Amino acid sequence: MKPRSTRFDPLLLKRALLPSLKKLDPRVQWRNPVMFTVWLGAVLCTALLFRHHSAFEIQLTAWLWFTLLFANFAEAIAESRGKAQADSLRSMRVTTPARKLDNGKETSVSAEKLVPGDVVVCEAGDVIPADGEVTEGIASVDESAITGESAPVIRESGGDRSAVTGGTRVISDRILVKVTSKPGESFLDRMIALVEGGSRRMTPNEQALGVLLVSLTVVFVLVVFTLPSFTSFLSKQGLGGETPSLFVLIALLVCLIPTTIGGLVSAIGISGIDRLTRRNVLATSGRAVEAAGDIDVLLLDKTGTITLGNRQASHFVPAPGVTEKDLADAAQLASLADETPEGRSIVVLAKNLHQLRGHDLSSANATFVPFTAQTRMSGIDWQGRTIRKGAAEAVRKHVESLGGSFPNEASEEVNLISRAGGTPLVVVDNTKVLGVIHLKDIVKNGIRERFARLREMGIRTVMITGDNPRTAAAIAAEAGVDDFMAEATPEDKLQRIREEQAAGHLVAMTGDGTNDAPALAQADVGVAMNTGTQAAREAGNMVDLDSDPTKLIDIVETGKQLLMTRGSLTTFSLANDVAKYFAILPAMFASIAAVSGTGPLAALDIMGLHSPQSAILSAVIFNALIIIALIPLALKGVSYRPMNAASLLRRNLLIYGLGGLITPFPGIKLIDLILSTLHLV
Amino acid sequence: MNPLIHSILLVAGIVLLAWPAGTWLTWVLKTRRLDGIFSAALGKGILNPTSWKTYFLHLLGFNALMFVTTWIVLANQQHLPLNPDGLGNVPWHLVFNTSVSFVTNTNLQHYSGEATYSYLSQLTLMWLQFTSAATGIAAFAGLARGLAGNRDFGNFTHDIVRILLLFLLPIAFIWAILFAISGVPMTFEGAAIATTLEGASQTIARGPVAAFLAIKQLGTNGGGFFGPNSTHPLENPNLFSNILSMIAIAVIPMACVKAFGSLTGKEKHARIIGAVMLAFLLIKVTITVLPESAPTAAFANLPVAESANLEGKELRLGASTGPLWAVLTTSTSNGSVGAMHDSLNPISLLGPFSGMWLNSTFGGVGVGMINFFLFMVLAVFIAGLMIGRTPEYLGKKVEAREMALAAAGFIVHPLLILGGTALFAATPWGADTIHNSGPRGFSEILYEFSSAAANNGSGLEGLGDGTIAWNIATGIVMLLGRYLPILLPLAIAGALAAKPAVAESAGTLRTDTPTFGFMTFAVILFLGALTFLPVAMLGPILEHLIH
Repeated sequence: MKPRSTRFDPLLLKRALLPSLKKLDPRVQWRNPVMFTVWLGAVLCTALLFRHHSAFEIQLTAWLWFTLLFANFAEAIAESRGKAQADSLRSMRVTTPARKLDNGKETSVSAEKLVPGDVVVCEAGDVIPADGEVTEGIASVDESAITGESAPVIRESGGDRSAVTGGTRVISDRILVKVTSKPGESFLDRMIALVEGGSRRMTPNEQALGVLLVSLTVVFVLVVFTLPSFTSFLSKQGLGGETPSLFVLIALLVCLIPTTIGGLVSAIGISGIDRLTRRNVLATSGRAVEAAGDIDVLLLDKTGTITLGNRQASHFVPAPGVTEKDLADAAQLASLADETPEGRSIVVLAKNLHQLRGHDLSSANATFVPFTAQTRMSGIDWQGRTIRKGAAEAVRKHVESLGGSFPNEASEEVNLISRAGGTPLVVVDNTKVLGVIHLKDIVKNGIRERFARLREMGIRTVMITGDNPRTAAAIAAEAGVDDFMAEATPEDKLQRIREEQAAGHLVAMTGDGTNDAPALAQADVGVAMNTGTQAAREAGNMVDLDSDPTKLIDIVETGKQLLMTRGSLTTFSLANDVAKYFAILPAMFASIAAVSGTGPLAALDIMGLHSPQSAILSAVIFNALIIIALIPLALKGVSYRPMNAASLLRRNLLIYGLGGLITPFPGIKLIDLILSTLHLV
Repeated sequence: MNPLIHSILLVAGIVLLAWPAGTWLTWVLKTRRLDGIFSAALGKGILNPTSWKTYFLHLLGFNALMFVTTWIVLANQQHLPLNPDGLGNVPWHLVFNTSVSFVTNTNLQHYSGEATYSYLSQLTLMWLQFTSAATGIAAFAGLARGLAGNRDFGNFTHDIVRILLLFLLPIAFIWAILFAISGVPMTFEGAAIATTLEGASQTIARGPVAAFLAIKQLGTNGGGFFGPNSTHPLENPNLFSNILSMIAIAVIPMACVKAFGSLTGKEKHARIIGAVMLAFLLIKVTITVLPESAPTAAFANLPVAESANLEGKELRLGASTGPLWAVLTTSTSNGSVGAMHDSLNPISLLGPFSGMWLNSTFGGVGVGMINFFLFMVLAVFIAGLMIGRTPEYLGKKVEAREMALAAAGFIVHPLLILGGTALFAATPWGADTIHNSGPRGFSEILYEFSSAAANNGSGLEGLGDGTIAWNIATGIVMLLGRYLPILLPLAIAGALAAKPAVAESAGTLRTDTPTFGFMTFAVILFLGALTFLPVAMLGPILEHLIH
């Protein structure tokens, strides 16, 4: 499931050919009324060919079939990607026997026979036979088959890392797993169904667009099939002019009805889900992807999304009479043996600020003092110095017990840092307080800009944190989120989502714990982390295999891109009609009121096409080829940069509206030139 | 003065007058001050707000009642009073057509009023010009309330009573007096007998014309008292009455846009709507007035000196007001005529035609705004997708159900026009009734169906439209063209009103920006052009190219 090439894979192309033919089945076409109309036209023309045929009529009929094949091909190629993924997933299905535990006795049963509630044993080297919860033990598990991530992950009983997925492999240790999925309904099975698109249903927006396309088709059927009455009326009035043949009428109809969007709409939908899949996000439905485009409130967990996981030293504040370098030196010494991320960050900061590269500590008189719950300090005894670092209260006690005093300046600094949302660590050498280390949450690089972009798109970000309000406010301000929830419990999250929704907002959130499940279910887009519990994965409508909370932003962008592609191609498709009118109508009406040669309406042929027949054929060919030409766009989605709605609309109107208006004129002219040069008409 | 500048100045003047008229209309539709009087007179029930369905059913019921009453009066006018000229029996199909025509605010007239209908009949028809206009405004008020988010659309009876009493009657009263001052007759006496200079005796038809005329113009009705409508010297005697008429034609449709903003609380949005409608109106004015300022091609080889196309124009009113009137009357579904449309240059016909084909810029009183709403549904749908949102309008999601209703609305208009024209062009019903051959003959049939479907009522004339076939066909077209485009948008508004509101953000498609205005403009232009370009080519354009 790692990102695969977005380019056309020759193998995929080949795999899409046969389905394209198979999809000519009327029962398949019926589901897309626009293309079914083309199908009816093609069938009718083919039938007429048996009675009478000219080179023009044969070519026209052939291109009608090509129009259908191209549309089928677009859908087939979108599906083929998913099919390839599904195949590789299928090969992971467990066929090895599972080690089922019955009253403490191990029996070997087939993995397909496991039912929820069964308990199985998995040891290093075993493939986990079914989805489940770890009930006992801790193990590292290789989940690369599903996530593509080669680093093993820890799975342990209790807590939020208890879910295991069938098909993944235990690398070390031994765990007991309680099966939670029914046979055939495992996570893997659902994933296969999703990427394969087998259970794909029309999304609400696809239905609405479908209705629009059908209504346009009906209008154009009216427009086209009333024409013979009008031309024969004029003919009876003595203006001459041929009544257009059924071939010509069908050609005009096929050109006018929105075949471009009609032929590509399902490819757009499938590829939208596919793009998410390639970002390692599984959406349970196309509806969820659409909803993502509408999201205007993001609830983001602070840790891991907005800030790096841990607090880091940001600067040293020396006490009066102490240089910053001395403080940094002491702080580094006290942290050399501290393997916590905070400790390491102190060492790094001292090195970066003062080029301190640590001392030679190989001499035997260096003793590291680890952090204990009793002292709440850590440090080093070295060359007669007793250097400690720790929380202000602990250090005060330490200093005072040694007969020293804690300077007021240091107390003030400690308060200042706390108020700013940071964590102060005081460094002391024997009884002398050297100063304070300012530890703070480090906001991820670039996240502020990302939030600014989201704001421009009209999306509000809400940071959720267990921190106290003061700390939360400081981080919120630094990260540039719009709002925050401090000391938040899962219940608060659920409540917040309900409130936002009541105010008309659509809310997305990520979650991993079991207690996140109600909120995930309530949110319009709930993205469960794959590392999370089974309950969380069931509750959300998307699962992020990488368990990267930042991806919520990608998901929203993918949803928007999907809808934009649909809208832009609809606009393009309709704008194309103008040129096709100017190609076909003058050709169709050329013989009306003709004294010699062509009549007055032929003057409307502004493209100066070779002949009426080549004009009609060129329009039909352009109409068919444009489907093929737009397949890459349908699969990739229109390019998208976050900007506000009005500029986005202007930009897309310019590209797809104006572009759609202009493009067909040279396109049809070019095809006409080729046809006439090759003497095909 | 340059006729185009003259026309644009007049349109600008109407826009200025529409502002206070819109404020007045809003007050009428909102005020609760007179509730006590209305409920005392008509029962407490009329204050109960209803759902959109009940609202529409009441509207339909009221219109059915008007239809039956009219039929009875018209069919029995020879037995009824106020018939000084002893006008007799009218054939049933003409009674059907006339009744439908006036109930639906179309006022297509397959007869000459002064020679066919008695004063009582004419007064009944005048009454219908009030109620049909009030019906349109009431439907619009219901729609606006629904779009503002109310599940209750108001009470139809309450609305129609206050629209009639507080808005249409007073405004028509003012106009009637102004018309009478300008010299339009207002009398219940029978036709006058005059002795001409040659000593011959001439019968001059007259009657309560000023009252009839005021509501005819204000309510986008267009049904003339006299057969030649406002080209008749007693229906439009001078420049003053002419300008009064043109103002009256467009002022209420424009006022409805202003009222839409006030009723929905989206004033800026309404301004954008008004701008789009105005842009269309000015385009139509330009493409009609300019070609009429040139001599007609038909006179090219004749020894006639002509500065502009003067045929069919009322020269006492000036040559340029005819084309402007033709555009105003077709753009607002009014249908009264100030010049013979049949005498317009072929290419100038595109203006009146497109007015009826689009039927929403500004459209009939109330219903123009309703029709425009349908186009906006389509515009927000496509524009919404293009910005990456599932579409919404005024904070409500537009989904498959709303789209299906709107789609039905898009199909009705072309179906009635193209379907009807195709049927009549192919059969003797139409082919035997045209008076001009070739493309003009085609345009005559096309015009008649466009006019009926758009509830406009003007005719290209030169068409023998008094036949059973024409009376019945246009009667049916007028009915469908009236009530479906009211029913479907009300149903959409009902569906939208029932949905939870979506909050607005920077990612929301704003409907009050020039970009949205442009989008709506483009949607209307494209949809209109794609639907009607072929018939435009075979009618006016072909005729233009042949000459």
